[in-house]
Amino acid sequence: MELVFDGIVTAWQLLISLDQELLAVTILSLKVSGLATFISVLIGILGGTCTVLAEFPGKRLLISLVNTSMGLPPVVVGLFVTIMLWRNGPLNMLDILYTPTAMVIAQTIIATPIVTGITIASLQSLPSNMKLQILALGASRIQMVWILIKEARLALLAGIMAGFGGVISEVGASIMVGGNIKGYTRVLTTATVMETSMGNFDKAIAFGLVLLLVCFIINYFLTRVQQKERLR
Amino acid sequence: MNHKAAVLEVKGLRVSRGGAETVNVPSFSLFSRETVALIGPNGSGKSSFLLSLACLLPSAEGDIFFNGELINRKKLTEYRRSLAMVFQEPLLFDTTVYKNVASGLIFRSVSPQEIRKRVESSMERFRISHLAERSARKLSGGEAQRTSLARAFATSPVLLLLDEPFAALDPPTRKNLTDDLALALRESEIATVMATHDQFDALYFADRLAVMQKGAIVQMDATFSVVKHPVNEFAAAFAGMENILKGSVLKAENGMFSMSVGNETIQVTGVRLPGEQVTVCIRPEQITLANSRPDRLLSGQNQFLCRIVRIITLGLYSRVYLECGFVLVSAVANQTVQNLELSHDGKVYALFDSSALHLLDG
Repeated sequence: MELVFDGIVTAWQLLISLDQELLAVTILSLKVSGLATFISVLIGILGGTCTVLAEFPGKRLLISLVNTSMGLPPVVVGLFVTIMLWRNGPLNMLDILYTPTAMVIAQTIIATPIVTGITIASLQSLPSNMKLQILALGASRIQMVWILIKEARLALLAGIMAGFGGVISEVGASIMVGGNIKGYTRVLTTATVMETSMGNFDKAIAFGLVLLLVCFIINYFLTRVQQKERLR
Repeated sequence: MNHKAAVLEVKGLRVSRGGAETVNVPSFSLFSRETVALIGPNGSGKSSFLLSLACLLPSAEGDIFFNGELINRKKLTEYRRSLAMVFQEPLLFDTTVYKNVASGLIFRSVSPQEIRKRVESSMERFRISHLAERSARKLSGGEAQRTSLARAFATSPVLLLLDEPFAALDPPTRKNLTDDLALALRESEIATVMATHDQFDALYFADRLAVMQKGAIVQMDATFSVVKHPVNEFAAAFAGMENILKGSVLKAENGMFSMSVGNETIQVTGVRLPGEQVTVCIRPEQITLANSRPDRLLSGQNQFLCRIVRIITLGLYSRVYLECGFVLVSAVANQTVQNLELSHDGKVYALFDSSALHLLDG
């Protein structure tokens, strides 16, 4: 218990003193995971909407694959991205392994199926005649898609929260493709793992607490938006 | 009606869903200010037909002409902006009543001032002005369907498609909304197609009835003609001819024939050949009851001694279910039940004229 208490005290000191390393790691975490979530929201909502609205052979198989991918293990994604970007890999010319860009790519791969899967589920849960009603009201196809997304917005917000939660808290892919380089690719999760392995539990607890705080603040904000919409 | 140009004309419409043909309508016309009710049992293709009229079924084949112009892919949105469709479920958007009613106009990029004017007028017409700022999720079933109708009317459609819009409503709500819709239709030039299996709605609204069966329109005529001369069992039952009797022709002469029904023989006015299978129907109110056999039987009059199976009192009249070798239902005044001292398991004579029996086709 003393270990935990010391950790909390150290964390508090680091926080109130605005420790430069903690600040840099937190900002990078937010940048990488925020950008990955943003990209996955664009791809996921567009892809999910197209999947629901289009009729094509293999649609059910595709939805099953997306749903399965919602639980993609980050280390597997990390391994895949590392192989792709490795010096002998097919995308080696990009020369982005062990950079924040590689981390964004890996996290986007993790978050996209989550956002896509939730988009598909939320659009499919709308009344079956809703699309026809919108078109019958004279909407163009683009207007129809926009209204459907608006109608499913509460569930989509849950998808964004799940996607962000999935990537801000993952460590496997970030450590593999980012390399946990101090001041360059070190994020809250990789820093926590490193400090723990070095026995610096106080600093590890500090990083862990900040990670929890960041997750809480962002989810609190999104939940407020969601609940405000629901009660309107 | 046919002297006017049709607002909507359909030629060779066919719809297949899941490999089965659900609609096959070679031709259909609709004129300005008229209401056509599509009637038919569940699965007869009413909803699919309505959806294909709005060009909302990708699998539909055939030509749709709106004001004489063939609708093709390029004109689809423009065509849909001339119509409005109301479904059985209100299908409102998750926003305020006002914004729901305005939605069709927003899709058409109408100016905000015009939107306000038309939305307010439509909300007033359907008596929902006081709900303008309420969330559509917090409406009762009747309020939601009023909003759905107001949304449809706000766009000033030329063509209105109604898919059983009152089916999910309780009777008092339904009655109020029916009256408001009828008034709104009377005050407009809108041509309407309404799918329903409610007899009251069809008779109340329709200038013409189209009887649908297995995706095809088997009878389409002025409402009174369909009611008087239904072509099939569904239309007959819909028109209130609850007694539908099937049998084969035994003997035919002088514009009359006798047919066997169960173990009995019935006289029917009409021309059929001996051996032919026929179906006839008669309204319950056309069957009279008597305690004794009439002294003199008129030519063409049928009479049967029947056992009373059940008597149900419905307001001012009663329905008497009879077993006469075949089942008959008679509708008589409650006073008649008392005067004849009718009771369960008692005996009574059922009388009906051969000319009251209506022959169904096929």
